[in-house]
Amino acid sequence: MNQQIRLTVNGTEHRSEVPARRLLVDFLRYDLGLTGTKEGCSVGVCGACTVLIDGEMAASCITLAAAVDGAQITTIEGIAQDGKLHPVQQAFIDHGGFQCGICTPGQVMAAKALLDENPNPTEDEIKAWMMGNLCRCTGYYGILNSVAAAAGSTPGSNA
Amino acid sequence: MNDFEFHSPSSLEEAFELLDRYGDDARVMAGGTGVVLQMKQRLSQPGHVVGLRKVPGLNSIGLTGNGSAGGIEVGAMVTHRTLENDPTVVQILPMVAATYHHVATPRIRSMATVGGGLVHGDPNEDPPPTLIALGALVVLTSSSGRREMPVEELFVDYYETDVQPGEILTSVTIPQQPPGSGSAYLKFLPRTADDYATVSVAAIVTRGNGNTCSDVKIVLGAVGMTPVHATQAESLLRGQTLTPENIAACASAVKEVVDPLDDFRGSAEYKRDMAEVFTRRAIEQAIQQTLENRPAA
Ligand SMILES: Cc1cc2nc3c(=O)[nH]c(=O)nc-3n(C[C@H](O)[C@H](O)[C@H](O)COP(=O)(O)OP(=O)(O)OC[C@H]3O[C@@H](n4cnc5c(N)ncnc54)[C@H](O)[C@@H]3O)c2cc1C
Ligand code: FES
Ligand code: FES
Repeated sequence: MNQQIRLTVNGTEHRSEVPARRLLVDFLRYDLGLTGTKEGCSVGVCGACTVLIDGEMAASCITLAAAVDGAQITTIEGIAQDGKLHPVQQAFIDHGGFQCGICTPGQVMAAKALLDENPNPTEDEIKAWMMGNLCRCTGYYGILNSVAAAAGSTPGSNA
Repeated sequence: MNDFEFHSPSSLEEAFELLDRYGDDARVMAGGTGVVLQMKQRLSQPGHVVGLRKVPGLNSIGLTGNGSAGGIEVGAMVTHRTLENDPTVVQILPMVAATYHHVATPRIRSMATVGGGLVHGDPNEDPPPTLIALGALVVLTSSSGRREMPVEELFVDYYETDVQPGEILTSVTIPQQPPGSGSAYLKFLPRTADDYATVSVAAIVTRGNGNTCSDVKIVLGAVGMTPVHATQAESLLRGQTLTPENIAACASAVKEVVDPLDDFRGSAEYKRDMAEVFTRRAIEQAIQQTLENRPAA
């Protein structure tokens, strides 16, 4: 059954008609062409599909687009401003926060959510927060160092 | 996923009307972390899904009663993260904040709601043992009225609760721990930090005069079709002196009531052994806390 939905994605309002079973990740990727958001596990575990819904971190692979009608969605495409990368994006480049890159949009969105709420996290707070974003490539220290750098603290020594 | 119609009622009355109209063919959705997965796996194929996101009045955390007789009332749509970070909860019910903090990952906790977590009825979930140990109540509301029920009575079987078609869990009331008590919620995670428990134990020990145990609550998760309240084990410690022997006897008795499944988190035998070990540790930690909380003489 089709439903009318209104979602504001990265500041742009979209009114669409979608099947009720349309997942948010598919709405973003296939209906809007915003393929920066990735799908890994499809069951809420890996974090590749992380987006912000009204500022809160969420797994778009287990969210129905219709269920978040009216919400503000922020994806990886929406965080650079005026052609300048978001500090978290820049830090991932500068500190080896990614290799193959498939997990990276989710990592960056998770890190952004953390820093929006807690601009000066400790190393333990970064680890506890980022535990839900899996990476098969980096060994995690590059990610940890990138998040710490974006927060303005000194990256760890394991880079 | 099967085709269905999604409804976004903007009041409880409207939600009840939809649930009454569609009966067994309707499914409530809160955070969706449980129900969307079940629909993806076709374990559930409702024709109508009733989302609660736009229903007002289910998002607050408030105090009930006064002083140590008081507790908190939590709206069903409050998320796990909101609850675990709420300053009042952290202050007066630290066991609840700590337990919700153990669930999955921050991303899941940002989505999953307190009501959804309970009605999900998965015996491996973290909050139920703690809420049962504390004597929490749920409020179930429908077009024909409202009933209150101890969280303990909510769980009927594997993924099955006593919530009837047409009912919405609207709030949870959690009393404070008794004065002079200490508590612990232990989650045994031999695999990964974001896993469900292999075994979990909530324990609350209340200290009487001297070194006696005036009351004790022991509730286990992930060791049966529903959370397991080990009342027989409790009776071995209640009224007794808190000696290592009495604690060991109490912990050992939980092995008689747990009935874990063999699965990738461990064999039934291993989980039974771990239920004893973690019960003992939870009691010891709770006792330690009673000493720390004791007012200076
Ligand atoms: C990757 C992952 C890891 C997880 N790990 C853990 C873990 O470590 N520990 C743990 O405890 N849990 C864990 N969970 C389970 C999670 O806690 C539950 O899925 C969640 O709490 C359900 O809440 P929800 O708001 O998303 O409910 P929903 O999925 O929306 O609903 C769940 C059930 O409750 C019903 N329902 C929801 N709200 C109401 C209401 N107010 N009244 C009546 N019925 C209602 C729905 O119809 C459905 O049957 C995990 C889940 C995922 C996806
Ligand atoms: S794809 Fe959504 S969490 Fe893995
Ligand atoms: S960079 Fe390859 S999975 Fe993380």
